[in-house]
Amino acid sequence: MKRTRAFYFSLAFTLLVCAFLVIPIIMSMTAGVTVNYFQGVKSGLTLRWIIEVWELYSETIFLSLMISIACLAVTLVLGIPTAYVLAKKSGRVARIIEEFLVLPIAIPGLAIALALIIMYGGFRDFRSSWGFILVGHVLYTLPFMVRSVLAVLSSIDFKTLEEGAASLGAGFWTRFFTVILPNIRSGILAGSLMVITLSIGEFNLTWMMHTPLTKTLPVGLADAYASMRIEVGSAYTLIFFVMILPLLAAMQAYGNPKPKNRKEILTDKLKPLSLRNK
Amino acid sequence: MLNRENPYLIILALPTFIVFTAFFILPIAKLVAIGGSGPNGMAEYLTFITKARYLESLISTVLLSASVTLVALLVASISGIFLERNRFFGRSFLISVLTFPLAFPGVVIGFLIIMIGGRQGIVGAVSNALTGDRWVFAYSMMGLFVGYLYFSIPRVILTIMAATEKFDIALEEAARSLGANRWQVIRDIIIPQLFPGLIASGAICFATAMGAFGTAFTLATNIDVLPMVIYTEFTLNANMATAAALSLVLGLVTWIALYISRSFAGAGVAAAG
Repeated sequence: MKRTRAFYFSLAFTLLVCAFLVIPIIMSMTAGVTVNYFQGVKSGLTLRWIIEVWELYSETIFLSLMISIACLAVTLVLGIPTAYVLAKKSGRVARIIEEFLVLPIAIPGLAIALALIIMYGGFRDFRSSWGFILVGHVLYTLPFMVRSVLAVLSSIDFKTLEEGAASLGAGFWTRFFTVILPNIRSGILAGSLMVITLSIGEFNLTWMMHTPLTKTLPVGLADAYASMRIEVGSAYTLIFFVMILPLLAAMQAYGNPKPKNRKEILTDKLKPLSLRNK
Repeated sequence: MLNRENPYLIILALPTFIVFTAFFILPIAKLVAIGGSGPNGMAEYLTFITKARYLESLISTVLLSASVTLVALLVASISGIFLERNRFFGRSFLISVLTFPLAFPGVVIGFLIIMIGGRQGIVGAVSNALTGDRWVFAYSMMGLFVGYLYFSIPRVILTIMAATEKFDIALEEAARSLGANRWQVIRDIIIPQLFPGLIASGAICFATAMGAFGTAFTLATNIDVLPMVIYTEFTLNANMATAAALSLVLGLVTWIALYISRSFAGAGVAAAG
């Protein structure tokens, strides 16, 4: 295709948008290793701020990792069976349950955190443990797990697979564990990446629910932005980026499960022949 | 087969049902009750209309979210259609860059806006060099607008690209061969085809902006956007009833927006931040 003026205009525009998104990221990463941000990079590079962040806030990083892994475990145990049941039952009740499950995404974290504090704040031991934050994270991430698994389930003909297995004498649990689970791996993987990423970055709920002893990474970040010098905040942000980057890269690679059925493979083959100027 | 399986399905769904009831439905029900338990009773839910401060904050939050949504849709449409239609070197890198901020928490986005428009930000440095005037906008409504735009563009762009993929190229070619110019094609062919996608992603964008707390928390120390008002009522004034009522009204607004989005697009896209 010949490059028109419109092409170069759109390209320039898109590059501008990218610059808007990327420049502050690069600035904050640089600031995190600069001796004096006010004087700029010429003041020299240092790991001093990173070390300072590590000494002050490493606990928040470990807590965030721990909560996200626990959150993943819980959402796997709860989410996969729920998605399966929702895929099997197509009636009105199933749709209403689905609508309910999505509510924690729709209702602002602030409101959910308030509700949990009002209801369970009185249970002191629970309130001051990281389990309290875990509950919030599970509510918030569960819909994403259910949805990823559900998306794959509705794209494969799992009922035929199950009937085949059943006709060979496989009972319900055998079918669930040996036929269904292996076939929805891609959805489970996509959902897991989503859950971990969202849990590590969750702030809205966590800020309301945390106690001085249960600070997660984003809570620590907010803390550092408010009370530390800009280099420390930047170094902390740098650590966060380094943690989240591999997850995001993995999400780009596996986040959009497109299980190939015969029709799709066919259209893929036909694509170069079609008129699309891709 | 299905009826015999029902007991198994109930066993599978039971854990989620218990957890969800105990930690979501009951607490939210209690929140509704608390919202109506203040000195004003259920009338607390009407304070939006009766108290000028809340009404103003609701209006400014809605205006902010709506304008962010419009600009995000425009920006994302131009770039999204461009990236979906053209194949060139570095394309997938640009897409990665544009979707990278999806997973940033609101506080980090607030901090990035400080990097752009704060006292030591890049815009201030450039404007200082050019005009001798340091332009600082991070802590104003403008800063919030830019911050909300920052997290909205990546969300919208993915939906726009998905919608563009389904376009019928033949329609455009027909229009062109009939002599339509570029603007006529955009107005009569592209926008109508994109419309469901625009509504769907716009609603998600709007809902996310309404409830955004992290970004506002970092930037809006002096601005009364709704999530900040709720937070202040709860922490500083310990005014449970108002905080509960306001957050439920906010939840209702975002839920309606997301409901519209899903009825237009089927499956929704991630709403976080």
